[in-house]
Amino acid sequence: MFSIFKKSAAPDAKASAPQDPGAPITTVTVTVNGRTVTAEVDPRMLLSQFLRDSLQLTGTHVGCDTSQCGACVVHLDGRAVKSCTTLTLACDGGSVTTIEGLSQDGTLHPMQEAFRNNHGLQCGFCTPGMIMSAVDIVNRKGNTLDEATVRAELEGNICRCTGYHNIVAAVREGAANMTGVKQAAE
Amino acid sequence: MYAFNYLRPSSLAEAGSALTKTPDAKILAGGHTLLPTMKLRLASPKALVDLSRVSELRGIEKKGNALVIGAMSTHFEVSTSTVVKGAIAGLAELAGHIGDPAVRHRGTIGGSVANNDPAADYPAAVLALNATVTTDKREIKADDFFKGLFTTALGEGEIITRFSFPQPTKFAYVKFANPASRYALVGVAVAQTGSEIRVAVTGAGNDGVFRHKAMEAALAKSWSPDALKGITTDPSMMNSDIHAAADYRAHLVGVIAARAVAKAG
Repeated sequence: MFSIFKKSAAPDAKASAPQDPGAPITTVTVTVNGRTVTAEVDPRMLLSQFLRDSLQLTGTHVGCDTSQCGACVVHLDGRAVKSCTTLTLACDGGSVTTIEGLSQDGTLHPMQEAFRNNHGLQCGFCTPGMIMSAVDIVNRKGNTLDEATVRAELEGNICRCTGYHNIVAAVREGAANMTGVKQAAE
Repeated sequence: MYAFNYLRPSSLAEAGSALTKTPDAKILAGGHTLLPTMKLRLASPKALVDLSRVSELRGIEKKGNALVIGAMSTHFEVSTSTVVKGAIAGLAELAGHIGDPAVRHRGTIGGSVANNDPAADYPAAVLALNATVTTDKREIKADDFFKGLFTTALGEGEIITRFSFPQPTKFAYVKFANPASRYALVGVAVAQTGSEIRVAVTGAGNDGVFRHKAMEAALAKSWSPDALKGITTDPSMMNSDIHAAADYRAHLVGVIAARAVAKAG
């Protein structure tokens, strides 16, 4: 499915030209973690596959591949989405932030730091999705989050190791420490 | 997934034309039901027509005595809209409990209603509130729209453009959510609009969303949870699966309906 992938350094003229509404589209231009990529993709290619297999951004995980587990959560235009249930072509013109795009200049994002500080992970498989969802929660709900809110908002992210206690603590601490830096992720 | 072509029109006219001209095309709204269905190869359209760039399908506004919601409004947009909260707060609340936050960022009211999943939340509200479904071809009353499991009055290539909800005096929706999927095991919407009282049940019926006429008659006499006491629901009309047997669902319809009336006040 990925063999026809190719990318160019800059968007080409063809990609930005108006399309005949009846013509199938196979080209996508999308900004991922600040870098603009133009690619020719199979229409079936999911955003999760594009990130992992084409851009080698393997921090985005695929757990269930049925939009239930949340391991694949990334931000599309500033909102958390399940990349396993989003077509790459539908992201044309959009901006995607993955777990790799959170840290700045080698410094962990406050939410990443809070997960480390609170031991908010065991095997780590769900962690990228948890952190991307957590940052989205803060963007929507602010820096002061009670436990019930965090638990309710994390319902789309499943952890099979830890029982959520440390994850919830990490999200609350990360939220508090995100004051003034929430825009850094987008 | 089987291979398909991807089309992305930028206007309603283009979308209509793309659907007419392309054989075996399906509409892509938020994709949160369609794409999983295609992954399972339960659906294999030859083309997807993505409506995400059709601006005519966006927007939420109060128009006279009606709340008008564009079909491509996401669950997130409906749940956080001050216009929706101001007009029909229970509808915003309903939207805020569909799926999970990431799902609500993509899933749309138009996609949900067009799919008419028997466990979806929106059909109960559309039916109880007696909404009008506007398409690119006509207007369809809610009573004429839902035609059973995953079936609606929509024709081939017909696009829902917006929903018009008459302003109710009372409305509430309560669901008993499946703890894994958050779909409604039983969901009941109750509404009082002018002199009309409507009760719509989702999740439970084996033929999809339905109006509970016995409950409507009882509530018309006395709007209170107690008025529903003794009203039974026929288990043979109920869905039955590993999550809940038919008689349990029938029982839950009464319990959840009473809670909805209490919530509506």
